[in-house]
Amino acid sequence: MQKTAIRISQSGSGALLLDAAVGAFSDDVQHHLWEMDDRIRDVPGVIETALGMNNVLVIHDPLLINAVELERILRSLWLRAQAKRIAGTIHTLAVFYGGDRGEDLLAWAEHCRMTVQEVVQRHTSGIYTVAAIGGMPGFPYLSGLDPALAWPRRAIPKSGVMEGSVIIGAGQASVMPITAPSGWHILGHTNTGLFDPSKDPPALLQVGDTVRFAIAAVVI
Amino acid sequence: MIEILTTGQLNTIQDLGRPGYLAFGISHSGAMDRPALEVANLLLGNDRMAAGIEVAYFPFRARFNVNCNVAVTGVDCQVLIGDRIYPSWWAVHIQQGQTIILNRPRSGARAYLAFAGGIDVPLLMGSRATDVKSGFGGLKGAGLTRGDRLNLMPGNKILLPEGGLGVKWAGQAENPGEPPITIRVLPAAEFDDFTPESKHAFTTEIWIITANANRMGYHLNGSVLALAKPLELHSHGIVAGTVQVPRSGQPIIQLADANTCGGYPKIATVIDADLYKLAQASATTPLRFSIASTDEAVNAILMRRNAMTKLQIDLRLHLGY
Repeated sequence: MQKTAIRISQSGSGALLLDAAVGAFSDDVQHHLWEMDDRIRDVPGVIETALGMNNVLVIHDPLLINAVELERILRSLWLRAQAKRIAGTIHTLAVFYGGDRGEDLLAWAEHCRMTVQEVVQRHTSGIYTVAAIGGMPGFPYLSGLDPALAWPRRAIPKSGVMEGSVIIGAGQASVMPITAPSGWHILGHTNTGLFDPSKDPPALLQVGDTVRFAIAAVVI
Repeated sequence: MIEILTTGQLNTIQDLGRPGYLAFGISHSGAMDRPALEVANLLLGNDRMAAGIEVAYFPFRARFNVNCNVAVTGVDCQVLIGDRIYPSWWAVHIQQGQTIILNRPRSGARAYLAFAGGIDVPLLMGSRATDVKSGFGGLKGAGLTRGDRLNLMPGNKILLPEGGLGVKWAGQAENPGEPPITIRVLPAAEFDDFTPESKHAFTTEIWIITANANRMGYHLNGSVLALAKPLELHSHGIVAGTVQVPRSGQPIIQLADANTCGGYPKIATVIDADLYKLAQASATTPLRFSIASTDEAVNAILMRRNAMTKLQIDLRLHLGY
Protein backbone atom coordinates (compact mmCIF):
# COMPACT_ATOMS: atom_id res chain seq x y z
CA MET A 1 0.00 0.00 0.00
CA GLN A 2 1.16 3.50 -0.82
CA LYS A 3 1.45 5.07 2.67
CA THR A 4 -0.84 8.06 2.77
CA ALA A 5 -0.31 11.12 4.91
CA ILE A 6 -1.73 10.72 8.38
CA ARG A 7 -3.05 13.46 10.63
CA ILE A 8 -2.18 13.36 14.32
CA SER A 9 -4.06 15.63 16.69
CA GLN A 10 -4.30 16.04 20.45
CA SER A 11 -7.31 14.71 22.31
CA GLY A 12 -6.64 16.59 25.50
CA SER A 13 -3.79 16.24 27.98
CA GLY A 14 -3.19 12.52 27.58
CA ALA A 15 -4.31 11.25 24.18
CA LEU A 16 -3.45 11.53 20.49
CA LEU A 17 -5.78 10.72 17.62
CA LEU A 18 -4.10 9.24 14.57
CA ASP A 19 -6.32 9.65 11.53
CA ALA A 20 -5.26 7.69 8.44
CA ALA A 21 -8.52 8.14 6.50
CA VAL A 22 -8.42 9.26 2.88
CA GLY A 23 -12.04 9.83 1.94
CA ALA A 24 -14.20 6.71 2.04
CA PHE A 25 -13.47 3.93 4.51
CA SER A 26 -10.63 1.69 3.30
CA ASP A 27 -10.21 -1.93 4.40
CA ASP A 28 -6.56 -1.74 3.40
CA VAL A 29 -5.87 1.23 5.68
CA GLN A 30 -7.76 -0.57 8.47
CA HIS A 31 -5.63 -3.72 8.10
CA HIS A 32 -2.50 -1.60 8.50
CA LEU A 33 -3.98 0.01 11.62
CA TRP A 34 -4.75 -3.45 13.07
CA GLU A 35 -1.07 -4.31 12.85
CA MET A 36 0.06 -0.94 14.11
CA ASP A 37 -2.38 -1.07 17.05
CA ASP A 38 -0.51 -4.05 18.53
CA ARG A 39 2.79 -2.14 18.31
CA ILE A 40 1.38 1.05 19.77
CA ARG A 41 0.25 -0.84 22.87
CA ASP A 42 3.87 -1.91 23.42
CA VAL A 43 5.16 1.68 23.53
CA PRO A 44 6.15 2.51 27.13
CA GLY A 45 3.82 5.16 28.54
CA VAL A 46 0.89 4.13 26.32
CA ILE A 47 -2.05 3.10 28.50
CA GLU A 48 -4.57 1.86 25.97
CA THR A 49 -5.80 2.37 22.44
CA ALA A 50 -9.23 2.60 20.83
CA LEU A 51 -9.37 1.57 17.22
CA GLY A 52 -11.86 3.53 15.12
CA MET A 53 -12.71 3.47 11.43
CA ASN A 54 -9.40 4.26 9.68
CA ASN A 55 -8.13 5.91 12.85
CA VAL A 56 -6.84 5.02 16.28
CA LEU A 57 -6.98 6.90 19.58
CA VAL A 58 -3.90 6.47 21.75
CA ILE A 59 -4.22 7.14 25.48
CA HIS A 60 -0.91 7.82 27.21
CA ASP A 61 0.50 9.04 30.50
CA PRO A 62 1.94 12.45 29.57
CA LEU A 63 4.30 12.27 32.54
CA LEU A 64 5.87 9.11 31.09
CA ILE A 65 5.85 10.01 27.41
CA ASN A 66 5.08 13.45 26.04
CA ALA A 67 2.86 14.16 23.07
CA VAL A 68 5.71 15.28 20.78
CA GLU A 69 7.73 12.13 21.38
CA LEU A 70 4.68 9.90 21.03
CA GLU A 71 3.70 11.58 17.77
CA ARG A 72 7.18 10.89 16.37
CA ILE A 73 6.89 7.21 17.34
CA LEU A 74 3.41 6.94 15.82
CA ARG A 75 4.59 8.42 12.52
CA SER A 76 7.44 5.98 12.33
CA LEU A 77 5.20 3.03 13.26
CA TRP A 78 2.80 4.04 10.49
CA LEU A 79 5.59 4.09 7.91
CA ARG A 80 6.61 0.57 8.92
CA ALA A 81 3.07 -0.79 9.35
CA GLN A 82 2.16 -3.89 7.35
CA ALA A 83 -1.31 -5.13 6.53
CA LYS A 84 -2.34 -7.64 9.18
CA ARG A 85 -4.39 -10.67 8.19
CA ILE A 86 -6.51 -12.02 10.99
CA ALA A 87 -7.86 -15.55 10.75
CA GLY A 88 -10.86 -14.60 12.86
CA THR A 89 -13.84 -16.63 13.92
CA ILE A 90 -16.76 -16.88 11.49
CA HIS A 91 -20.09 -16.04 13.13
CA THR A 92 -23.43 -16.67 11.45
CA LEU A 93 -26.23 -14.65 13.01
CA ALA A 94 -29.78 -15.79 12.37
CA VAL A 95 -31.91 -12.73 11.63
CA PHE A 96 -35.66 -12.26 11.93
CA TYR A 97 -36.19 -9.56 9.29
CA GLY A 98 -39.05 -7.09 9.58
CA GLY A 99 -41.97 -7.20 11.98
CA ASP A 100 -42.22 -5.13 15.15
CA ARG A 101 -38.48 -5.40 15.69
CA GLY A 102 -37.56 -4.59 12.10
CA GLU A 103 -39.59 -1.46 11.56
CA ASP A 104 -37.48 -0.01 8.74
CA LEU A 105 -37.42 -3.08 6.49
CA LEU A 106 -40.06 -1.87 4.02
CA ALA A 107 -38.76 1.68 3.86
CA TRP A 108 -35.25 0.33 3.35
CA ALA A 109 -36.36 -1.77 0.36
CA GLU A 110 -38.15 1.28 -1.01
CA HIS A 111 -35.06 3.45 -0.51
CA CYS A 112 -32.94 0.88 -2.37
CA ARG A 113 -35.63 0.51 -5.07
CA MET A 114 -35.74 -3.23 -4.53
CA THR A 115 -38.22 -5.76 -3.24
CA VAL A 116 -37.98 -6.89 0.37
CA GLN A 117 -36.79 -10.28 -0.85
CA GLU A 118 -33.99 -8.65 -2.82
CA VAL A 119 -32.66 -6.49 0.01
CA VAL A 120 -32.78 -9.39 2.45
CA GLN A 121 -31.11 -11.70 -0.05
CA ARG A 122 -28.34 -9.15 -0.67
CA HIS A 123 -27.89 -8.46 3.04
CA THR A 124 -27.50 -12.19 3.77
CA SER A 125 -25.15 -12.82 0.87
CA GLY A 126 -22.64 -10.27 2.16
CA ILE A 127 -19.45 -11.27 3.97
CA TYR A 128 -18.79 -8.73 6.70
CA THR A 129 -15.59 -8.05 8.60
CA VAL A 130 -15.38 -6.62 12.12
CA ALA A 131 -13.26 -3.56 11.35
CA ALA A 132 -13.39 -2.20 14.90
CA ILE A 133 -15.29 -2.51 18.17
CA GLY A 134 -16.35 0.67 19.92
CA GLY A 135 -18.85 3.38 20.64
CA MET A 136 -20.84 1.22 23.02
CA PRO A 137 -19.97 -2.08 24.72
CA GLY A 138 -19.25 -4.76 22.11
CA PHE A 139 -20.58 -2.70 19.18
CA PRO A 140 -19.08 -4.01 15.92
CA TYR A 141 -18.32 -1.70 13.01
CA LEU A 142 -18.83 -4.08 10.10
CA SER A 143 -17.36 -3.40 6.69
CA GLY A 144 -18.55 -5.22 3.60
CA LEU A 145 -22.08 -3.88 3.13
CA ASP A 146 -23.24 -4.03 -0.50
CA PRO A 147 -23.11 -0.33 -1.54
CA ALA A 148 -26.55 -0.72 -3.15
CA LEU A 149 -27.94 -1.32 0.37
CA ALA A 150 -26.47 1.85 1.91
CA TRP A 151 -28.91 4.30 3.53
CA PRO A 152 -27.96 7.57 5.26
CA ARG A 153 -28.61 7.59 9.01
CA ARG A 154 -31.76 9.04 10.55
CA ALA A 155 -31.74 12.82 11.00
CA ILE A 156 -32.66 12.34 14.66
CA PRO A 157 -31.38 9.31 16.60
CA LYS A 158 -34.04 6.97 17.96
CA SER A 159 -33.91 6.24 21.68
CA GLY A 160 -34.05 2.73 23.10
CA VAL A 161 -33.07 0.74 20.02
CA MET A 162 -33.24 -2.80 21.40
CA GLU A 163 -30.40 -5.20 22.02
CA GLY A 164 -30.11 -7.62 19.10
CA SER A 165 -31.41 -5.12 16.52
CA VAL A 166 -29.80 -5.70 13.11
CA ILE A 167 -29.07 -2.26 11.72
CA ILE A 168 -27.47 -0.27 8.92
CA GLY A 169 -26.21 3.32 8.94
CA ALA A 170 -24.82 4.89 5.76
CA GLY A 171 -22.47 2.25 4.29
CA GLN A 172 -22.06 0.21 7.47
CA ALA A 173 -23.84 -2.74 8.98
CA SER A 174 -24.04 -3.70 12.63
CA VAL A 175 -26.00 -5.31 15.45
CA MET A 176 -26.95 -3.59 18.73
CA PRO A 177 -25.12 -5.33 21.60
CA ILE A 178 -27.15 -3.44 24.25
CA THR A 179 -30.32 -1.36 24.21
CA ALA A 180 -29.28 2.23 23.46
CA PRO A 181 -30.08 5.26 21.30
CA SER A 182 -29.03 4.93 17.66
CA GLY A 183 -29.39 6.83 14.43
CA TRP A 184 -29.15 3.68 12.33
CA HIS A 185 -32.07 1.92 10.62
CA ILE A 186 -33.56 -1.25 12.08
CA LEU A 187 -33.95 -4.18 9.66
CA GLY A 188 -34.70 -6.98 12.07
CA HIS A 189 -33.29 -8.73 15.10
CA THR A 190 -31.10 -11.62 16.17
CA ASN A 191 -31.22 -13.56 19.42
CA THR A 192 -27.44 -14.00 19.53
CA GLY A 193 -26.04 -11.95 22.43
CA LEU A 194 -23.03 -9.81 21.53
CA PHE A 195 -22.04 -8.49 24.93
CA ASP A 196 -21.75 -10.00 28.41
CA PRO A 197 -19.87 -7.92 30.99
CA SER A 198 -19.19 -10.98 33.17
CA LYS A 199 -17.30 -12.78 30.37
CA ASP A 200 -13.67 -12.37 29.42
CA PRO A 201 -13.54 -11.01 26.78
CA PRO A 202 -16.90 -9.26 27.28
CA ALA A 203 -17.59 -8.92 23.54
CA LEU A 204 -18.55 -11.90 21.36
CA LEU A 205 -17.06 -10.35 18.23
CA GLN A 206 -13.40 -9.46 17.89
CA VAL A 207 -11.60 -7.29 15.38
CA GLY A 208 -10.93 -9.36 12.24
CA ASP A 209 -13.84 -11.77 12.79
CA THR A 210 -16.19 -12.54 9.91
CA VAL A 211 -19.93 -12.08 10.27
CA ARG A 212 -22.63 -13.51 8.03
CA PHE A 213 -26.35 -13.02 8.36
CA ALA A 214 -28.80 -15.86 7.74
CA ILE A 215 -32.57 -15.66 7.33
CA ALA A 216 -34.48 -16.99 10.33
CA ALA A 217 -37.71 -15.42 9.12
CA VAL A 218 -38.97 -12.50 7.05
CA VAL A 219 -42.10 -10.78 8.32
CA ILE A 220 -43.64 -8.22 5.98
CA MET B 1 -24.42 -2.93 56.16
CA ILE B 2 -25.86 0.40 55.07
CA GLU B 3 -29.46 0.94 54.09
CA ILE B 4 -30.39 3.69 51.64
CA LEU B 5 -33.38 5.69 52.95
CA THR B 6 -33.63 8.67 50.57
CA THR B 7 -31.98 8.84 47.17
CA GLY B 8 -32.47 9.48 43.47
CA GLN B 9 -31.45 7.35 40.51
CA LEU B 10 -28.68 9.87 39.82
CA ASN B 11 -26.82 8.59 42.86
CA THR B 12 -24.48 5.79 41.84
CA ILE B 13 -21.67 3.65 43.18
CA GLN B 14 -18.41 4.90 41.65
CA ASP B 15 -14.69 4.35 42.01
CA LEU B 16 -11.88 5.72 39.83
CA GLY B 17 -13.32 3.96 36.80
CA ARG B 18 -12.76 1.19 34.33
CA PRO B 19 -9.80 2.04 32.09
CA GLY B 20 -8.37 -0.52 29.69
CA TYR B 21 -11.56 -1.60 27.92
CA LEU B 22 -12.01 1.15 25.31
CA ALA B 23 -11.16 -1.46 22.68
CA PHE B 24 -14.36 -3.26 23.74
CA GLY B 25 -16.37 -0.04 23.52
CA ILE B 26 -16.55 0.27 27.30
CA SER B 27 -16.47 3.78 28.81
CA HIS B 28 -14.11 4.65 31.63
CA SER B 29 -17.02 5.76 33.85
CA GLY B 30 -15.93 6.36 37.47
CA ALA B 31 -16.30 9.45 39.66
CA MET B 32 -16.97 12.63 37.68
CA ASP B 33 -14.88 14.52 40.28
CA ARG B 34 -12.02 12.06 40.67
CA PRO B 35 -9.85 14.07 43.08
CA ALA B 36 -12.80 14.49 45.46
CA LEU B 37 -13.31 10.72 45.69
CA GLU B 38 -9.54 10.20 46.02
CA VAL B 39 -9.41 12.62 48.96
CA ALA B 40 -12.40 10.92 50.63
CA ASN B 41 -10.67 7.55 50.38
CA LEU B 42 -7.37 8.98 51.67
CA LEU B 43 -9.16 10.35 54.75
CA LEU B 44 -10.21 6.80 55.59
CA GLY B 45 -6.96 5.04 54.76
CA ASN B 46 -8.73 3.22 51.91
CA ASP B 47 -7.30 1.64 48.82
CA ARG B 48 -7.39 4.27 46.05
CA MET B 49 -9.75 2.09 44.02
CA ALA B 50 -12.28 1.79 46.88
CA ALA B 51 -15.86 2.48 45.79
CA GLY B 52 -18.07 5.15 47.34
CA ILE B 53 -21.32 6.85 46.42
CA GLU B 54 -21.49 9.75 43.99
CA VAL B 55 -24.41 11.79 45.27
CA ALA B 56 -25.94 14.10 42.66
CA TYR B 57 -29.47 14.09 44.06
CA PHE B 58 -30.11 15.66 47.47
CA PRO B 59 -31.07 15.20 50.23
CA PHE B 60 -29.46 11.79 50.56
CA ARG B 61 -30.12 9.67 53.65
CA ALA B 62 -28.71 6.33 54.75
CA ARG B 63 -28.79 4.30 57.97
CA PHE B 64 -25.75 2.46 59.30
CA ASN B 65 -26.02 -1.02 60.77
CA VAL B 66 -22.29 -1.03 61.48
CA ASN B 67 -19.75 1.17 63.25
CA CYS B 68 -17.72 2.79 60.54
CA ASN B 69 -15.65 5.81 59.51
CA VAL B 70 -17.11 7.85 56.67
CA ALA B 71 -15.93 10.86 54.66
CA VAL B 72 -17.86 13.38 52.57
CA THR B 73 -16.12 15.49 49.90
CA GLY B 74 -16.91 17.17 46.57
CA VAL B 75 -19.61 19.72 47.30
CA ASP B 76 -19.89 22.23 50.11
CA CYS B 77 -22.85 20.86 52.06
CA GLN B 78 -24.21 20.25 55.53
CA VAL B 79 -23.78 16.69 56.80
CA LEU B 80 -26.09 15.59 59.60
CA ILE B 81 -25.24 12.58 61.72
CA GLY B 82 -27.61 12.01 64.63
CA ASP B 83 -28.10 15.49 66.10
CA ARG B 84 -24.69 16.80 65.09
CA ILE B 85 -23.84 18.89 62.05
CA TYR B 86 -20.54 18.49 60.21
CA PRO B 87 -19.15 20.28 57.18
CA SER B 88 -18.11 18.44 54.02
CA TRP B 89 -14.46 17.61 53.26
CA TRP B 90 -14.63 15.88 56.62
CA ALA B 91 -14.21 12.35 57.99
CA VAL B 92 -16.06 11.18 61.07
CA HIS B 93 -16.93 8.00 62.96
CA ILE B 94 -20.53 6.78 62.70
CA GLN B 95 -22.13 4.49 65.28
CA GLN B 96 -24.30 1.53 64.42
CA GLY B 97 -27.93 2.67 64.21
CA GLN B 98 -27.11 6.27 63.26
CA THR B 99 -28.36 7.99 60.12
CA ILE B 100 -26.37 10.27 57.81
CA ILE B 101 -28.05 13.05 55.83
CA LEU B 102 -26.37 14.99 53.05
CA ASN B 103 -28.31 18.20 52.52
CA ARG B 104 -28.59 20.18 49.30
CA PRO B 105 -25.18 21.74 48.60
CA ARG B 106 -24.43 25.44 49.04
CA SER B 107 -22.07 25.06 46.11
CA GLY B 108 -21.03 22.22 43.86
CA ALA B 109 -23.15 19.48 42.31
CA ARG B 110 -21.68 16.11 43.30
CA ALA B 111 -20.83 14.85 46.78
CA TYR B 112 -18.69 11.78 47.40
CA LEU B 113 -19.60 9.62 50.37
CA ALA B 114 -16.85 7.12 51.14
CA PHE B 115 -16.77 4.38 53.77
CA ALA B 116 -13.83 2.74 55.51
CA GLY B 117 -13.06 -0.32 53.39
CA GLY B 118 -15.26 0.81 50.51
CA ILE B 119 -18.51 -0.63 49.16
CA ASP B 120 -18.52 -4.38 48.55
CA VAL B 121 -20.01 -4.91 45.10
CA PRO B 122 -18.45 -7.26 42.52
CA LEU B 123 -15.43 -6.09 40.58
CA LEU B 124 -16.31 -6.03 36.90
CA MET B 125 -13.41 -5.54 34.51
CA GLY B 126 -11.30 -4.18 37.33
CA SER B 127 -13.82 -1.67 38.64
CA ARG B 128 -16.92 -1.33 40.80
CA ALA B 129 -18.13 1.79 38.95
CA THR B 130 -21.76 1.85 37.79
CA ASP B 131 -22.18 2.24 34.03
CA VAL B 132 -25.87 3.17 33.98
CA LYS B 133 -25.97 3.64 30.21
CA SER B 134 -24.79 0.08 29.61
CA GLY B 135 -26.50 -1.39 32.66
CA PHE B 136 -23.62 -3.02 34.50
CA GLY B 137 -21.31 -2.40 37.44
CA GLY B 138 -22.16 -0.94 40.84
CA LEU B 139 -25.35 -2.38 42.28
CA LYS B 140 -27.25 -4.18 39.49
CA GLY B 141 -25.95 -1.71 36.92
CA ALA B 142 -28.28 1.04 38.05
CA GLY B 143 -28.58 4.08 40.28
CA LEU B 144 -29.37 3.58 43.97
CA THR B 145 -32.97 3.22 45.06
CA ARG B 146 -34.66 3.44 48.43
CA GLY B 147 -34.20 0.27 50.42
CA ASP B 148 -30.96 -0.79 48.73
CA ARG B 149 -28.55 -2.40 51.19
CA LEU B 150 -24.80 -2.09 50.71
CA ASN B 151 -22.15 -4.20 52.38
CA LEU B 152 -18.72 -2.82 53.15
CA MET B 153 -15.30 -4.37 52.66
CA PRO B 154 -13.09 -4.76 55.74
CA GLY B 155 -11.37 -1.42 56.25
CA ASN B 156 -8.59 0.29 58.14
CA LYS B 157 -9.72 0.85 61.72
CA ILE B 158 -8.36 4.36 62.06
CA LEU B 159 -9.08 6.18 65.29
CA LEU B 160 -10.30 9.59 64.12
CA PRO B 161 -10.08 12.55 66.51
CA GLU B 162 -13.25 13.31 68.51
CA GLY B 163 -15.41 15.41 66.18
CA GLY B 164 -13.69 14.01 63.12
CA LEU B 165 -11.08 15.41 60.81
CA GLY B 166 -11.27 17.91 57.97
CA VAL B 167 -9.00 18.52 55.06
CA LYS B 168 -8.10 21.47 52.86
CA TRP B 169 -7.89 20.64 49.21
CA ALA B 170 -7.06 22.94 46.31
CA GLY B 171 -10.21 21.97 44.43
CA GLN B 172 -12.41 22.92 47.32
CA ALA B 173 -11.19 26.50 47.34
CA GLU B 174 -12.20 26.83 43.69
CA ASN B 175 -15.55 25.12 44.02
CA PRO B 176 -17.50 28.19 45.05
CA GLY B 177 -15.52 30.15 42.39
CA GLU B 178 -17.41 33.10 40.99
CA PRO B 179 -19.18 32.17 37.76
CA PRO B 180 -18.41 32.08 34.91
CA ILE B 181 -16.07 29.21 35.68
CA THR B 182 -13.03 28.97 33.44
CA ILE B 183 -12.46 25.64 31.72
CA ARG B 184 -9.06 25.14 30.13
CA VAL B 185 -9.00 23.30 26.81
CA LEU B 186 -6.55 22.14 24.18
CA PRO B 187 -7.58 22.59 20.53
CA ALA B 188 -8.76 19.30 18.99
CA ALA B 189 -8.56 17.77 15.51
CA GLU B 190 -11.15 19.99 13.80
CA PHE B 191 -10.44 23.28 15.63
CA ASP B 192 -9.09 24.92 12.49
CA ASP B 193 -11.98 23.68 10.37
CA PHE B 194 -14.33 26.12 12.14
CA THR B 195 -14.87 29.63 10.81
CA PRO B 196 -12.68 32.36 12.35
CA GLU B 197 -15.83 33.86 13.92
CA SER B 198 -16.73 30.52 15.49
CA LYS B 199 -13.23 29.99 16.88
CA HIS B 200 -13.36 33.48 18.33
CA ALA B 201 -16.82 32.94 19.82
CA PHE B 202 -15.79 29.61 21.32
CA THR B 203 -12.89 31.10 23.23
CA THR B 204 -14.36 34.46 24.22
CA GLU B 205 -18.07 34.07 24.80
CA ILE B 206 -20.03 32.72 27.74
CA TRP B 207 -21.55 29.22 27.45
CA ILE B 208 -24.42 28.06 29.61
CA ILE B 209 -24.79 24.47 30.81
CA THR B 210 -28.30 23.40 29.78
CA ALA B 211 -30.63 21.08 31.70
CA ASN B 212 -29.43 18.32 29.35
CA ALA B 213 -26.34 17.65 31.47
CA ASN B 214 -25.52 14.29 33.00
CA ARG B 215 -22.71 11.77 33.42
CA MET B 216 -22.70 11.11 29.65
CA GLY B 217 -22.20 14.74 28.69
CA TYR B 218 -23.19 18.37 29.06
CA HIS B 219 -25.04 20.15 26.27
CA LEU B 220 -24.16 23.85 26.15
CA ASN B 221 -26.05 26.85 24.95
CA GLY B 222 -24.51 29.91 23.28
CA SER B 223 -23.54 31.24 19.85
CA VAL B 224 -23.97 28.89 16.92
CA LEU B 225 -20.59 27.45 15.88
CA ALA B 226 -20.09 26.66 12.22
CA LEU B 227 -17.56 24.77 10.15
CA ALA B 228 -15.95 26.65 7.25
CA LYS B 229 -17.04 23.75 5.01
CA PRO B 230 -18.98 20.53 5.69
CA LEU B 231 -16.97 17.59 7.03
CA GLU B 232 -17.69 13.87 7.01
CA LEU B 233 -15.77 12.05 9.70
CA HIS B 234 -15.45 8.33 10.30
CA SER B 235 -16.23 7.02 13.79
CA HIS B 236 -13.25 7.65 16.05
CA GLY B 237 -12.33 7.19 19.70
CA ILE B 238 -13.03 10.09 22.04
CA VAL B 239 -12.06 10.87 25.64
CA ALA B 240 -13.92 12.45 28.55
CA GLY B 241 -13.68 16.20 28.00
CA THR B 242 -14.10 16.10 24.21
CA VAL B 243 -16.07 19.16 23.04
CA GLN B 244 -18.07 18.09 20.00
CA VAL B 245 -20.06 20.37 17.74
CA PRO B 246 -23.01 18.61 16.08
CA ARG B 247 -24.95 20.20 13.22
CA SER B 248 -26.96 22.37 15.61
CA GLY B 249 -23.73 24.31 16.28
CA GLN B 250 -24.23 23.98 20.04
CA PRO B 251 -21.31 22.25 21.76
CA ILE B 252 -21.57 19.03 23.78
CA ILE B 253 -18.88 18.16 26.32
CA GLN B 254 -18.57 14.38 26.47
CA LEU B 255 -17.94 13.07 29.99
CA ALA B 256 -17.30 9.93 32.09
CA ASP B 257 -20.10 7.73 30.71
CA ALA B 258 -19.96 8.99 27.10
CA ASN B 259 -19.87 6.59 24.18
CA THR B 260 -16.27 5.63 23.45
CA CYS B 261 -16.53 6.67 19.78
CA GLY B 262 -18.01 9.69 18.12
CA GLY B 263 -18.47 11.11 14.67
CA TYR B 264 -19.03 14.82 15.23
CA PRO B 265 -16.31 17.43 14.64
CA LYS B 266 -14.27 18.16 17.78
CA ILE B 267 -13.34 21.76 18.46
CA ALA B 268 -11.41 21.19 21.70
CA THR B 269 -10.78 18.90 24.66
CA VAL B 270 -11.08 19.93 28.31
CA ILE B 271 -7.79 19.27 30.09
CA ASP B 272 -7.89 16.45 32.66
CA ALA B 273 -7.15 18.75 35.56
CA ASP B 274 -10.32 20.81 34.89
CA LEU B 275 -12.83 17.97 34.50
CA TYR B 276 -13.68 18.20 38.21
CA LYS B 277 -14.90 21.77 37.70
CA LEU B 278 -17.51 20.48 35.26
CA ALA B 279 -18.45 17.68 37.66
CA GLN B 280 -19.23 20.36 40.26
CA ALA B 281 -21.14 22.67 37.88
CA SER B 282 -24.89 22.24 37.60
CA ALA B 283 -27.38 23.30 34.91
CA THR B 284 -27.53 27.07 34.20
CA THR B 285 -23.88 27.56 35.27
CA PRO B 286 -22.09 29.91 32.87
CA LEU B 287 -18.63 28.93 31.74
CA ARG B 288 -15.84 30.21 29.56
CA PHE B 289 -13.26 28.22 27.59
CA SER B 290 -9.64 29.26 27.67
CA ILE B 291 -7.02 27.71 25.40
CA ALA B 292 -4.15 26.21 27.37
CA SER B 293 -0.75 25.04 26.22
CA THR B 294 0.22 21.36 26.37
CA ASP B 295 2.81 22.25 29.03
CA GLU B 296 0.17 23.90 31.18
CA ALA B 297 -2.13 20.89 30.81
CA VAL B 298 0.60 18.42 31.76
CA ASN B 299 1.91 20.58 34.61
CA ALA B 300 -1.59 20.70 36.04
CA ILE B 301 -1.64 16.88 36.12
CA LEU B 302 1.78 16.79 37.78
CA MET B 303 0.75 19.35 40.40
CA ARG B 304 -2.44 17.40 41.13
CA ARG B 305 -0.52 14.13 41.57
CA ASN B 306 2.06 15.77 43.80
CA ALA B 307 -0.60 17.40 45.95
CA MET B 308 -2.40 14.06 46.32
CA THR B 309 0.83 12.32 47.33
CA LYS B 310 1.61 15.05 49.86
CA LEU B 311 -1.88 14.79 51.35
CA GLN B 312 -1.51 11.02 51.60
CA ILE B 313 1.81 11.35 53.44
CA ASP B 314 0.42 14.01 55.81
CA LEU B 315 -2.66 11.92 56.60
CA ARG B 316 -0.58 8.79 57.18
CA LEU B 317 1.63 10.64 59.63
CA HIS B 318 -1.34 12.24 61.33
CA LEU B 319 -3.58 9.19 61.56
CA GLY B 320 -0.88 6.54 61.79
CA TYR B 321 -2.03 4.21 59.04
